[in-house]
Amino acid sequence: MGKTVKKIKSPSELRKLRREILKKRDPKKPVITVCVSTGCSALGAGKVVEALKKEIKKRKLERKVEVKETGCLGFCELGPRLIVYPKEIPYFKVKPEDVPEIISKTVIGKKVVERLLYVDPVTGKKARKLEEIPFYKHQLRLLLGNNARIDPKKIEDYIALGGYRALAKALFRMTPEQVIEEIKKSNLRGRGGGGFPTGRKWETTRNAPGEPKYVLVNCDEGDPGAFMDRSLMEGNPHSVLEGLIIGAYAIGAHEGFIYVREEYPMAVENITTAIKQAEEYGLLGENIMGSGFSFKVKVHRGAGAFVSGESSALMTAIEGKVGEPRPKYIHTAVKGLWEKPSCLNNVETWANVPLIILKGADWFRSIGTKNSPGTKIFSLVGKVNNTGLVEVPMGITLRDLIYKIGGGIRSGKKFKAVQTGGPSGGFIPEKYLDLPIDFDELTKVGSMMGSGGVIVMDEDTCIVDVTRYYIDFLSEESCGKCVPCREGLKQTLNILNRICAGLGKEEDLKTLEDLSELLREASLCALGTTAANPIMTSLNYFREEYEAHIREKRCPAKVCSALIAYYIQPEKCQACMICSRNCPVNAISGERDIVHVINQEKCIKCGICYEVCPFGAVEKISPPTPPPPQYGVKVIRKKK
Amino acid sequence: MSREVTLKINGKEVKATEGMTILQAAKNNGIEIPTLCYNEQLKPYGACRICTVEITKGRRKRLVVACVYPVEEGLEVETENERVRKVRKMILELLLPLSNKGPIKDLAEKYGVTKSRFEAEPTDCILCGLCVRYCAEVKKANAICFVGRGTKKQIAFVPEIAPNICPTCRECYSLCPASRVIDLGESIYSLSIPISEKIKKS
Repeated sequence: MGKTVKKIKSPSELRKLRREILKKRDPKKPVITVCVSTGCSALGAGKVVEALKKEIKKRKLERKVEVKETGCLGFCELGPRLIVYPKEIPYFKVKPEDVPEIISKTVIGKKVVERLLYVDPVTGKKARKLEEIPFYKHQLRLLLGNNARIDPKKIEDYIALGGYRALAKALFRMTPEQVIEEIKKSNLRGRGGGGFPTGRKWETTRNAPGEPKYVLVNCDEGDPGAFMDRSLMEGNPHSVLEGLIIGAYAIGAHEGFIYVREEYPMAVENITTAIKQAEEYGLLGENIMGSGFSFKVKVHRGAGAFVSGESSALMTAIEGKVGEPRPKYIHTAVKGLWEKPSCLNNVETWANVPLIILKGADWFRSIGTKNSPGTKIFSLVGKVNNTGLVEVPMGITLRDLIYKIGGGIRSGKKFKAVQTGGPSGGFIPEKYLDLPIDFDELTKVGSMMGSGGVIVMDEDTCIVDVTRYYIDFLSEESCGKCVPCREGLKQTLNILNRICAGLGKEEDLKTLEDLSELLREASLCALGTTAANPIMTSLNYFREEYEAHIREKRCPAKVCSALIAYYIQPEKCQACMICSRNCPVNAISGERDIVHVINQEKCIKCGICYEVCPFGAVEKISPPTPPPPQYGVKVIRKKK
Repeated sequence: MSREVTLKINGKEVKATEGMTILQAAKNNGIEIPTLCYNEQLKPYGACRICTVEITKGRRKRLVVACVYPVEEGLEVETENERVRKVRKMILELLLPLSNKGPIKDLAEKYGVTKSRFEAEPTDCILCGLCVRYCAEVKKANAICFVGRGTKKQIAFVPEIAPNICPTCRECYSLCPASRVIDLGESIYSLSIPISEKIKKS
């Protein structure tokens, strides 16, 4: 802290610095990296780090063992996790009390603590390396891979792994035009959702009349359940920054903005630190690495509006106005921030740039599919066994993503649908599971790549109810400027609420289709036009569920509370009184040896009885017409 | 300085100056495109979408709003075809429960929208923002503003500014497509109360 560093004035000085950093590091020295990103921190990673430091101090190993706090490694539900180098042994669900054993057995004794290893639920085999775990085996972690090796608050860690070499290459061995050409050749497409060719966007901005030009990073990731950009910004902020500086050089921008949502405090902190350190080393600011190119960057904290992720709204917000989209018939690349040419790319897009510059467009195009090269980070959530952040080559099928990496559907349930692209993506049914994931294929079936949210739903999910959830989200998050989006979503939500409440009418389906069409055809920005996706795909692929709600007043997944009833099956009830004791409205009557009965009039359908019954005697029935109650039925005792 | 461009509107060749919008070019040539949130004195806003038209560029057809889209050489514009009419009808059907007055009523009649499948609180305000934008852009007073977002968006007077300006200005009254601001302005004592609250009270 407080040390002054020497500014790097040439590529050779960067190489020298890297050599010096590496020389100081002993590859055989044990390093314990602990993920302290949001997920693992919530599970107690902070306490594990504390325990590690304390134990190391107690044993006077400070000089012999290093503890590194790193970013997200993806397998969040098994956190806190740590890796012990040099053997790269991964431990999961580590508690502070496991620390002394890890130090004595693994760090000193070079042995493995078997009980902390990942056990493959299928084969029962224990994984001594990350790559042995099916969740990781099928991934290609070009962007996320370094998260486990880097302390995001230390630029030296990034430089040691070859960081800023791509910037040096671009600044000293390539003209701005050559950089753009390389990105164009790589066919990198915008990872924020639109899939627009990045190189073309850069070129448009470069050639657009008007100065100054701006480059911007979009880290306003607002999709429920998505944390791709967050993990990159928290875990490897310099990779984003390096990409941005290269882009600025190619475009001819000397000023940039990084828009991070306020809800990501760690991302804000880490990128701010990264900027400061890069400036200290002369990798950012005036005369970068002695190249003559200058570039400065500011962090702008978003005020919590989903719609601000839309490019024109984001720029309006940076200008200090309300984040509302503007009609974009003239692209923001031509007239963007303060009406100047502005190039906005998503976090993940920028992070791909250094890799392409360093390894070349041909290398990049060898990964993924022809029209969507490279990898894509997805946040795989929902009813799969392994949830977390995954990075895979484009073109992997949904089936492989869900079954090989995700480990299949939880509790042996049946797959129903997968929703890609966040709240304005579409539902994809089972018949399309072999679809290769890329920008164009997902659009063909009515969904989209979006920023990479993947939500898996099983048979217990009511499609009508989930559609309603998304439309509710979108109508809250709409800016309310244009009529199709504001009034259209309001009316769509009204209809969906009605259908879920069992008050749907036959003609509602046609009205929903008309509303979706209007949204798609006439909305001002992509929030409105894509809001039609969940409505249309659910109507196209799961129409029978809507019809069941409307015609039979039945919710096939037994979710919509107005359309279900809880019923105690007399042949299963053991008269244990647990349900009646837990019922918050005293709707269950029953006594010893007498089968319990739910008073349907009193029942508020909270589902507590269903959860607490140890005999599985409470069932949900839809339509909500249980057999007439018969009080005083004797219990049929189960044989022990 | 500005170049002249030729485009086609409804099959008819039309001359326009670069930088003009489709709406202006159409107007200059006596072709009517309906508007609700448009006013010549103000920056185009593109919110009501009633001026939606279909354009053809090369082989690609798409819908755009005429009040914002700039004219281009060789552009083909359809202002009243089936696709366009369908959008306008649907927009009017959504607006009708909010307000059935003035230009909304006239347009609904013109496009044959006699009843709406939708229900809404009849606030009379369609959030076209003419009052807000006029006050900000022309009067530079910012006495009236939007509050909230999404389906909960409303218009309210700014309590610190409005009482000093609005009672004597009243210039926005005539802009309101539903004359809603008049009702509001008359009860200027309760300026800080959002419109829908006021409706509930009255």
